[in-house]
Amino acid sequence: MIAEIGHFALILALIVAIVQGTLPLIGAAQGRANWMALARPSAQLQFLLVLTSFLALMQAYVISDFSLLNVVQNSHSAKPMLYKITGVWGNHEGSMLLWILILALFGAAVAAFGGNLPPTLRARVLAVQALVSVGFLAFSLFTSNPFERVFPVPLDGQDLNPLLQDPGLAFHPPMLYVGYVGFSIAFAFAVAALIEGRVDAAWARWVRPWTLLAWIFLTAGIALGSWWAYYELGWGGWWFWDPVENVSFMPWLLGTALLHSAIVVEKRDSLKIWTILLAILTFSLSLIGTFIVRSGLLTSVHAFATDPERGLFILLLLCIAIGGSLVLFALRAPMLKSGGLFAPISREGGLVLNNLLLAVCTATVFLGTMAPLFAEAFDYKLSVGAPYFNLFSAIFGLPLIAAMAIGPFLPWKRADLAGAFDRLKVAGGLTFGAALVTWYLQQGGPVLAILAMALAAWLFFATLAEWADRVQLFRIPAAASLSRAMRLPRAAYGMNLAHLGMAVAVAGMTASSAWKSEEVRVMRPGETVVVAGYTYRFEEVRDMRGPNYFSQVGRFTVTREGEPVAELTPEKRFYPVQQMPTTEAAIHTNGISDLYAVLGDSDGQGGWTVRIYHEPLVPWLWVGCLLMVLGGCVSLSDRRLRVGAPRRSRAAPAPAPAATAAAATS
Amino acid sequence: MSKRVILLLPIALFAVLVGAFLWGLAPDRDPSQVPSAMVDKPAPDFDLPSVTGLDIPGLKTGDLTGEVILVNFFASWCVPCRVEHPVFMDLAARGDVKLVAINYRDEPADAVAWLAELGNPYSRIGADLDARTGIDWGVSGVPETYVIDSSGRIRYQHIGPMLPRHYEETIRPMIEDLRQ
Repeated sequence: MIAEIGHFALILALIVAIVQGTLPLIGAAQGRANWMALARPSAQLQFLLVLTSFLALMQAYVISDFSLLNVVQNSHSAKPMLYKITGVWGNHEGSMLLWILILALFGAAVAAFGGNLPPTLRARVLAVQALVSVGFLAFSLFTSNPFERVFPVPLDGQDLNPLLQDPGLAFHPPMLYVGYVGFSIAFAFAVAALIEGRVDAAWARWVRPWTLLAWIFLTAGIALGSWWAYYELGWGGWWFWDPVENVSFMPWLLGTALLHSAIVVEKRDSLKIWTILLAILTFSLSLIGTFIVRSGLLTSVHAFATDPERGLFILLLLCIAIGGSLVLFALRAPMLKSGGLFAPISREGGLVLNNLLLAVCTATVFLGTMAPLFAEAFDYKLSVGAPYFNLFSAIFGLPLIAAMAIGPFLPWKRADLAGAFDRLKVAGGLTFGAALVTWYLQQGGPVLAILAMALAAWLFFATLAEWADRVQLFRIPAAASLSRAMRLPRAAYGMNLAHLGMAVAVAGMTASSAWKSEEVRVMRPGETVVVAGYTYRFEEVRDMRGPNYFSQVGRFTVTREGEPVAELTPEKRFYPVQQMPTTEAAIHTNGISDLYAVLGDSDGQGGWTVRIYHEPLVPWLWVGCLLMVLGGCVSLSDRRLRVGAPRRSRAAPAPAPAATAAAATS
Repeated sequence: MSKRVILLLPIALFAVLVGAFLWGLAPDRDPSQVPSAMVDKPAPDFDLPSVTGLDIPGLKTGDLTGEVILVNFFASWCVPCRVEHPVFMDLAARGDVKLVAINYRDEPADAVAWLAELGNPYSRIGADLDARTGIDWGVSGVPETYVIDSSGRIRYQHIGPMLPRHYEETIRPMIEDLRQ
C-alpha cells in the first residue's frame, strides 16, 4: 500500500513538473504575472511529492518489504539497519529517485530563497529546472520504476553488494548527487538568462552561491569516494582514473572554473558568454556522467547494471537538455553585451588563465575517458590508463598551481607582475627551503615530484603571504593587523582556505604517489617485516562473525625502534548471500603518513599473503579536501554571497576583495 | 560572422558526441562482448617466454591443444584483473579446467609481485611484453579470456572481468559442451 502511494506521488510529481515547466515560461514571455507566480508553489509541491515517494521506498527497505522487486534485489533482512537505509540508493532505481529528490530540493530552495529575484527570471529558472525534472521523472517512471512488485514474494533478499556496505560509501553518493544536481541551478540560470537575453553583475551574484554550494558538496563527495576506495578496496591507492571517477571529476574541474569566471562577470561585467557556456557545460558533464555510468557505454568497475533501453532514454534526455541549451546558446549568446577588454596582467587576466587551464584539464580527462569509445568506432582498440592522465594532469595542473599562487596578488584592471613578485619574495624563499628539505629527506627522487612538492609549498606560502599582505602583518602594529583581519570579508578567508587546502592536497597527492613503499609477502604468525622503518610483527589470524558476513581478522603489532606504535587488524570478509569476499584494510595514521595493512589469502600451510604499505602524506590529502570544503562554506557564509542575499548587499556594499587588495597595493 | 561560427562550435561538438554515443549504444555492440575476428579460427602462432622471475613455463601455440583450455590475458596494472582473479583462483583450486595466461604489456617484476600477492592459478604464463601476441589474438584490452577447444581453435572470447556469473552461465556450459 505504501509503495503504491510512493508510486502515485511520483506520477503526480511528473504532472506538477510538466505544469511548472511550461506555464511560467509562457507567462514570462507574455507578461502574465499569475502564470509566472505558479512556479514557486509548484516547485515546493513537486519537492513534497518526490519526498513522499522517496520516503515510501525507504520505508520498504526499512521493513524489508520483499514484495518490491527493488528491495529483493538489493537488500537482505540480516543487513544492519544503516545499510538497509543506504541500500535505497545503492542501486540504479533508488539512486535515480535520490537524484530526482535532490533536483526537486534545489528547485524548492530557489523558490524559497529566490524572493528577491526579478519575477521573470525566477519563473524561467524554475521552469527550466522543472523541465529537467520532467525528463528524469519520466525516465524513472517508464524505465526504472523502483516500486515494481514481485509475486510470489521471496522469503529473503539478495543483499547489497558488500563493497557498498560501508559508511564511507553509504554517504558518498548523496553528496556527489547534491554536487552534480546542484549545478542544475547554474544551468537553469544560464538558460533563463539566454531566454531573457540579459546577463549582468546581479545575475552572477545570484548564480555564485548556488554554484558554490554544489561545488562544496561535489568536493566532499569526490573526497569521500576516494577515501572509500583507499581503505575499502585495499589496493593502497586513492584514485584510479576509472571512467566513473573521471565523470565526477570533470564537473568539478569545470564547476571550479565557473566559480571563478562568475567573479569576473560580477566585478568586471565581462566574460559573460564564456560563463554562460561554462554553466551549461558543467551541468551537461554531470548529465553525461549519469548517462555513462548507467548505459554500459564504457566498462568500469563500479558501473550499475546496464540496460540499452535506459541508455537510449537518457541519450534522448541529453539531446534535449544539452542540445537544446547549446542551440539556444548559439542563437542568443551574440546578444549578450560584453564589458570592455582587459589587460592580460590583471586579476581578471589571471582568472581567464585559470579558466583556460581548467577547461584544458577537463578536455584532457574527457578525451582520455572517451578515447576508447571513439577509437572503437573507427575499429581501433585502445585503452587509456593512468600514465596518460598523470602526465597531462602534471602538464596542465602544475602551471595552474603556480599561477594560482600569484593570481590573488593581482588587482583588477591593470596589475604589475613585478610588484606581485616583489610581495612574494618571502613565499619564494620559503618554497625554495621546502623544496630543499623534500629533496634532502627523499634523497633526490623523481624531479617532477620534487617540482610538484615545491609548487604545493609555493601555493601554500603565497596564500599565507596574500593574507598577511592584506592585514599588513608586521608592517603595522599587531592590534591594527588584527582589526584589519577581523574586517576582511569572509569570501576572502574562504578563498584563502580553499587555496591552502589545494596546496595541502597537492602535497598529499604527490608524496603518496611518488614515495609510497609497499611490501607484499607470505608471512606466518610470529614473523616480522620492516617497511619504511616500521617493524610489523604478524601475530595471528582469528575467525570472527559479523551480522551478515564471516570474517578472518589478522593482527599486527607495529613498532619503531622498539617503541610500540600501533596494532593493526586488517580483515578479510566473506558475504555468503552475494558469494563475495571483501578486504577491510587496517590503517593507522600519525598525521604525516599512514601505515596500511591488508590481509590476503592463506596459502593453506599456515602462511598468509599480506600487504603492507607506507603511505606518506595521504592524511594531508583528506585534510586538504576538508580545507577546500571549509573554505567553500566560509565563503558561502559571506553576507554578499549568501543564498538569496544579493539585493541587501547591493544596498550596503561591503568592502570588495578587489578594493581591499587595491588598498593594500597603494 | 566568425563569432557566430565559434558559438556554433559547442553544439557541433556535442552532435559528434551524440553520434558516438548512439553508435556505442547500438544493440549489437556490448563493450563486454565484441567478438574478436579470431573467434572460430585456430589460435595464432606464438611462442612467448616465461615471465622473468617466475618459476612457471612460458606459453606457445603448441601448448594449446589436446584439451579444453582457458587463456586469460592479464596485467598487474589492470584494475578489473584484480576483480576477476578470485574466480580463477577458485577454478584452479577445483581443477575444473586447464588455465593458462598471457601477461600483457607488463613489467615482469610487477607481474611477479602481483601473483605473489593474489596467488597464481595458471599452469603456464607467457610474457607478452610488446603486445605483439595480444594483437594477433585480437585483444582489445585486459582482462580478456579465451576458450580454446581440444583442437587448438579459439571458440569464445570473453571481454572484461570474468565474474562468477559469467563463468557459471556461459563459460562452464561451453566447456562441458566442448568436452562432449
